[in-house]
Amino acid sequence: MSDPAVAIPGAKPHQPTLSELFVSFVGVSVSGFGGALPWARRMIVDRRGWMTAEEFNEVFALAQFLPGPNVVNFSIVFGQRFGGGPGAAVAIAGLLGPPVAIVTVIGALYAYFGDINALGRILTGISAAAAGLIIGMVAKMAMPLFRNGMTPAPFIAIVGFIAVGVLRYPLPLVLIVLAPISVALAWVRR
Amino acid sequence: MRDDSGFGPLLALAGYFAVLSLFAIGGANAAVPEMHRIAVEAMHWMNDRQFSDMYALAQLSPGPNVIIVTLIGFHVAGVAGAAVATIAMVGPTCTVAFFVGRTWDHFKDAPWRAAIQTGMVPVSLGMVAASAFVVARAADHNAIAGAVTVATGVTAYCTRINPLWLFAVAGVVGLAGYL
Repeated sequence: MSDPAVAIPGAKPHQPTLSELFVSFVGVSVSGFGGALPWARRMIVDRRGWMTAEEFNEVFALAQFLPGPNVVNFSIVFGQRFGGGPGAAVAIAGLLGPPVAIVTVIGALYAYFGDINALGRILTGISAAAAGLIIGMVAKMAMPLFRNGMTPAPFIAIVGFIAVGVLRYPLPLVLIVLAPISVALAWVRR
Repeated sequence: MRDDSGFGPLLALAGYFAVLSLFAIGGANAAVPEMHRIAVEAMHWMNDRQFSDMYALAQLSPGPNVIIVTLIGFHVAGVAGAAVATIAMVGPTCTVAFFVGRTWDHFKDAPWRAAIQTGMVPVSLGMVAASAFVVARAADHNAIAGAVTVATGVTAYCTRINPLWLFAVAGVVGLAGYL
């Protein structure tokens, strides 16, 4: 299957139909182990050519700072841009439908077999690795922030970490205090 | 354990996750400490081990990591709980994303837009770091488990390996009974 939109750089990207949107996001959701966003990028930028890398980054930045799961926000904004309300609806249905069905079956299996010793041991190992996976992600996110020298950003991140992770303050409370301070500091230093 | 007496648990799931949805800045992972606080410490829906099992299962399943709320909902109130928790967790944020997404481009050059974007980066980093800490504390009961966490973290940072391989190795270490 040839895709002319990929072949001609700078050409107006081809507009996805609703069914193409749905099928693509189903594809992203079922292949997205350990987070779906890298797969979304592959599908949208590399394979279908629906967006340039810059357009993708722009929408991604928005999806990141909005509350809620990043890839969920991304599919809403992306679907909305190409198909309005129905576009957003089919994108999110494709993204969440199959994983929710699969994980519900897994939940049912866990309810029956969760007490089996061998399964418990395997899951203990995987949870230890899953914790490491987030630590790796945190390190990747932190590097550019801490490399910029003396800015308030690392301080804000550390305060948030201690408040939520160590002191276990409720997340809404911490955000209501910390987010305005951080935005104000960014405004002052702009 | 399970409370099947009417709509109480469903309302609790809906209420908690709808609020959490709007405060999950930094993605689903950033909300994990709050999920743990609610499910284990406040509501006693599950113990530490069950929570970290569910976190592991959500990581193992295809799709966005947010589906851990589907598992929590299922654990609390079956299929209805799974549906309610999932819809509550994504509904509000989808609505916000839909309307902000439509207008955001108009403010492309507004200085406050840049300030918000810059200011939210360290906040979300702090929240995701807190998640790493909470998940590690729930999962690492001994030194070998801690070593698995550290080794996975270093590998994930230094390489672009598919996480499923790391899970496979860690699962075997766990099965062998070292953890």
